Amino acid sequence: MILTVEIEHRYRTGGISVAFQAPSPGVTALFGPSGAGKTTVMNAIAGLLHPKHIRVELNGLALHKIPTARRRIGYVFQEGRLFPHLNVLRNLQYGFTRAPHGPIGRDDVISLLGLAPLLARWPHTLSGGERQRVAIGRALLSQPRLLLMDEPLSALDQARRDEILPYLARLRTAFELPIVYASHALDEVMRLADTLVLLEAGRQRATGKLTELVARVDLPLAARPDAAGVLRGKIYTHAPDRGLTCIACGADILWVPMVAAMEGTDVRLRVSAREVILALYEPRAISVTNVVGASVCALAALENEHAVLVELDLDGGGQLLSRVTLDAASRLDLRVGMKLLALIKAVAVELQPE
Amino acid sequence: MGSLVNTISPDEQEAILLTLGVSLRAVGVGLPLALLAATLLSRAFPGRFVLHAFVHLPLMLPPVVTGWLLLLVFGVNGPVGALLERWLHLRLVFTEAGAALACGVMIFPIMVRSIRLSLDAIDQKLLQAARTLGAGAFDRFLSITLPLAAPGVLAAAVLGFTASIGEFGAVITFAASIPGQTQTLPLAIYAALETPGGEAVAARLSIVSIFLAVAGLGIAELLATRTNRGKTR
Repeated sequence: MILTVEIEHRYRTGGISVAFQAPSPGVTALFGPSGAGKTTVMNAIAGLLHPKHIRVELNGLALHKIPTARRRIGYVFQEGRLFPHLNVLRNLQYGFTRAPHGPIGRDDVISLLGLAPLLARWPHTLSGGERQRVAIGRALLSQPRLLLMDEPLSALDQARRDEILPYLARLRTAFELPIVYASHALDEVMRLADTLVLLEAGRQRATGKLTELVARVDLPLAARPDAAGVLRGKIYTHAPDRGLTCIACGADILWVPMVAAMEGTDVRLRVSAREVILALYEPRAISVTNVVGASVCALAALENEHAVLVELDLDGGGQLLSRVTLDAASRLDLRVGMKLLALIKAVAVELQPE
Repeated sequence: MGSLVNTISPDEQEAILLTLGVSLRAVGVGLPLALLAATLLSRAFPGRFVLHAFVHLPLMLPPVVTGWLLLLVFGVNGPVGALLERWLHLRLVFTEAGAALACGVMIFPIMVRSIRLSLDAIDQKLLQAARTLGAGAFDRFLSITLPLAAPGVLAAAVLGFTASIGEFGAVITFAASIPGQTQTLPLAIYAALETPGGEAVAARLSIVSIFLAVAGLGIAELLATRTNRGKTR
């Protein structure tokens, strides 16, 4: 099952050209700064814009040949766009009543998004976060073949974003639905995406698995202050006597402070590039819990910041990113292909269920 | 006010009721057409300017000219008037229906403008959203455009009704001033002023006109403020 998108479009100030394939179901993030062309791509997929060339295929179905109103692509807009003359329930019903009978049930959506207390309310009385939840529910209930989300959190403050992110994470797994998610916030993308499409001024800079692209030192992501590596794993076991949870990431084992989750749960781990210590020999009598073997895959120096970015291939299969000083890099004599140890503090691992 | 009502003669009452009836018909027939014209004018199509100019002509022309043009078209020997008479046995010249037609034509641009204002105030992004949710063009018009424009359409009706009460030039030219048939309030007032000793009649009818006009304007204003509320999201 695969989603194929090809779009080429020109307008007065420039143009846009993207082509990517992503596994379906799964979350594909269009990541780039404002003006990179994310909304143009979304509008073209939805059929609200007709570019020079377009091909959108989902499991062999040519969506771009279907008229917009019958294309059944759910679209969650940045500003919600709830209908002001309909209450929340009737907003939710709008797409539902117009769609053929489908697998996404009204009660499931209402409970997944916590909409029950809002049903009788009017859009103008909702908070920004509530409004976006209703907009998501409305799009889901139209039984979409594909869900587009255009910066659904960008109009919200941090507290509201934290309120909605768990709902979005649940959405990934609750419905077997391919999602295209546009954002300029790296933390959202690292929490949600499976596939990453990097956009820069209408050009597609790179496309690939999120876990691989975030560690690539030749891409602008790695130089950001919030750069991090992402690993995917499974909860292997808990060690209550040590207060730790053991996670299997490929063939590697990582310990994190104990979490309340079932063994076998799929999880996503995020390790900031600044928190990955490099060592040539196994340290002794050190507080760091995790010591994993790795090899240097690529290096990039940030001369202005006197820092070096190190792309690491873990022996167990994952990729991590380490940011060290220029001085440290020269003391260790870091070179591509070199075997070393990555030290990761248990408390520095940010864990979230898939 | 009570004494005013008591002093209104049967003839004057007839003029008032006739005026209200004529205006009601002018609005009743004109409003759906005005909605159609406003919807057409709010989008781009070849010949848009021609329609725009045609709709707004009564606003620019002297009303007498509009009345005369109506005579040419809807008169007994006019291209449309002859057909109406032959097929529907409907005569417009010098009849109450004719007065309604003259009023309807005069208030048409006013109603179109008022409806267009409320149509233009609708956020096109809502219509895009409706489109992605599976609503076709006509469906979107009924489920989004019309409800959001409803206060503006109502305001157009009230404004048109109020303006219709005051139509003079086109009505007297096309339908003449026949008491009980085509003599609406302004025509009756004019006739009273022409009659020696008719000042009292003119004054009473004028007060009624002022009352109707102010009431209509107030209602239209009320509806207009409702249109602007809750439309930002």
